Amino acid sequence: MKAKEILRRIFIEPLIIISRDKAGLIGFIFLLFILLLSFVGPYFIKLDTEVKLDKIYQFPSKEHILGTDNQGRDIFSQIVNGGRDVIIVAFLAGLISTLIAVSLGSLSAYAGGFTDTVIMFITEIILTIPQFPLLAVLAAFVRLTNPTMLAFIIGFLGWPALARAIRSQVLSIKERDYIEAARVLDLGRIHIIFSEILPNMLSYIVISLIMAMTGAVYSQVGLIILGLVPFYGHNWGLMIQLAWTRGAIFYKGSIFYILSPIIAIALFQWSAVTFTRSLEGIFNPRLRAGE
Amino acid sequence: MSKIKRLFSNYIFLRVIRAILTVFIVATLTFFIVRLMPGNPIEIYIGQLMSQYGMSFQDAKNQAAALFSIDLDAPLSKQYIIYMRNLLRGDFGVSFLSQGTPVSLMISAYLPWTIFSVGISILISFTLGITLGMISAYKRGSIFDHIMSTIAAILSAIPNYLIGILLLIIIGVQLGLIPVSAMRGTVSPGVKPGFNWIFIKDIFSHALLPIMTYVVSTIGGWTLSMKSSTLNTLGEDYVTVAKARGLPESRITFAYVGRNALLPLFTSLTMQMGFLMGGSALIESIFVYKGIGWALGASIAQRDYPVMQAVFLIITIAVIVANFIADLLYSKLDPRIKIGGE
Repeated sequence: MKAKEILRRIFIEPLIIISRDKAGLIGFIFLLFILLLSFVGPYFIKLDTEVKLDKIYQFPSKEHILGTDNQGRDIFSQIVNGGRDVIIVAFLAGLISTLIAVSLGSLSAYAGGFTDTVIMFITEIILTIPQFPLLAVLAAFVRLTNPTMLAFIIGFLGWPALARAIRSQVLSIKERDYIEAARVLDLGRIHIIFSEILPNMLSYIVISLIMAMTGAVYSQVGLIILGLVPFYGHNWGLMIQLAWTRGAIFYKGSIFYILSPIIAIALFQWSAVTFTRSLEGIFNPRLRAGE
Repeated sequence: MSKIKRLFSNYIFLRVIRAILTVFIVATLTFFIVRLMPGNPIEIYIGQLMSQYGMSFQDAKNQAAALFSIDLDAPLSKQYIIYMRNLLRGDFGVSFLSQGTPVSLMISAYLPWTIFSVGISILISFTLGITLGMISAYKRGSIFDHIMSTIAAILSAIPNYLIGILLLIIIGVQLGLIPVSAMRGTVSPGVKPGFNWIFIKDIFSHALLPIMTYVVSTIGGWTLSMKSSTLNTLGEDYVTVAKARGLPESRITFAYVGRNALLPLFTSLTMQMGFLMGGSALIESIFVYKGIGWALGASIAQRDYPVMQAVFLIITIAVIVANFIADLLYSKLDPRIKIGGE
């Protein structure tokens, strides 16, 4: 497939179809809004780091749209500047998980037999190990001093459920006529997997990537809130962690300070899930029948 | 020969083998993480003893060996065998911080609370969720269905620890409905365990916020899956036939639709148990509910490695056992599983 064709299939077509689904459209708009806010916003709104003791815990006003925190700093500027790291780590982790899942899942389904049994056995075992505790334990040993490291660890543990799903997808595609034809033509395993099977799963892979991202946000923010990620900087998770450890959440007036990052994260998760759910409906017409 | 063959194709036997193998692999993994990771805790501990208490290397090493119940002079393979033997005996070593307390004792103090709170939550959430899901499916397109589905979608997307913090802020701090700090811990001081009203009321009031958090965060998922599962079942031929036979509506709803719609949800039930047990590290830390998850968070924060290692292992084993029980239940409910294998 040509690049233009792929572009059309992943981006343009879903957009046209999604505009018909209300919930999916709202999800998509929110997602776009959060991405713009987090990646373009920081160029216009600088992080407010100046301590102003006379302006502690102010309620929203014209000057401070979301009010101020326990040190009189503007909360809105913290929200604008706090999303980028969270989303980048989630994207990297999701990408790693998806890559591993796609390779192992399709290999497992395509090779079958012993290879399939071994890969699926390993997958099942990793799937049984509770992921968050394993992450937390690893965080105690590996100094998570930079976001890339964090993304890699989350990504390397996040693939099993996805790999299983990809495997069953490939299994169903594998039986179709055009794959049979490619096999008869003796096009080779690599060619069949990468040129015949995977392109037909692109939409599914994009959906998996977004779902893996929401999973990565869960683990990442969870680790930050538990205080296990010591990397400095500024992000939504850290805002919650600071509000929690400094006892701000037990003060009535701190409601906007603590609520803002929670809503930001919740909104990101919700819009991503809603968007992908309607994408799923588009790509899997069988699901739509059950609606 | 045929007997062995039959044993190996036995569903339950295969599950037992896999459960045992998983526990074995996780135990091995924890051993090597602790021993081989850069900056491993044993070396750090020896260094600490030497610099802080002026111990000689040999003394420090002996103390570390006693703490981890590992013979540090033995080759790695022999240490591994000893470690495994101790595990089989239920000997997890001694805590770093509360020196002298065997880790196994700490675990038996913490684990029941997590099983209690997570178990009750799953029961409540599953029952409520499938009821709401079924009603939504039967009334599809109605206002009730739209509102339920929207709320369910929102609740199932928000990370559960954020729901926990939200509950804490809204119910505890802003509205002041419940005394948050008095509800920390698992049981009030002075209340004696026993089968009496005071004790039961007390443990439920302490577990209230964690249970609410688990229920609120999982109920949406159950509602949505039950709704789509019911809708799928409603389209099945046997339901149409049952209607054509003129069977009473209630019988069709429960025996034909309900039972069959429930089956696919059982696999999610096992996933859910693992997820909640794992997530308890966060939820219990937020509410300072002293179960096994709280112990994991605390031991990691304080770098209490023997406790951390054991707690991680126990959480994993609890999840595996829960999965195993759910699998058995599933095969009882759906006999097709046993014959078909996967």
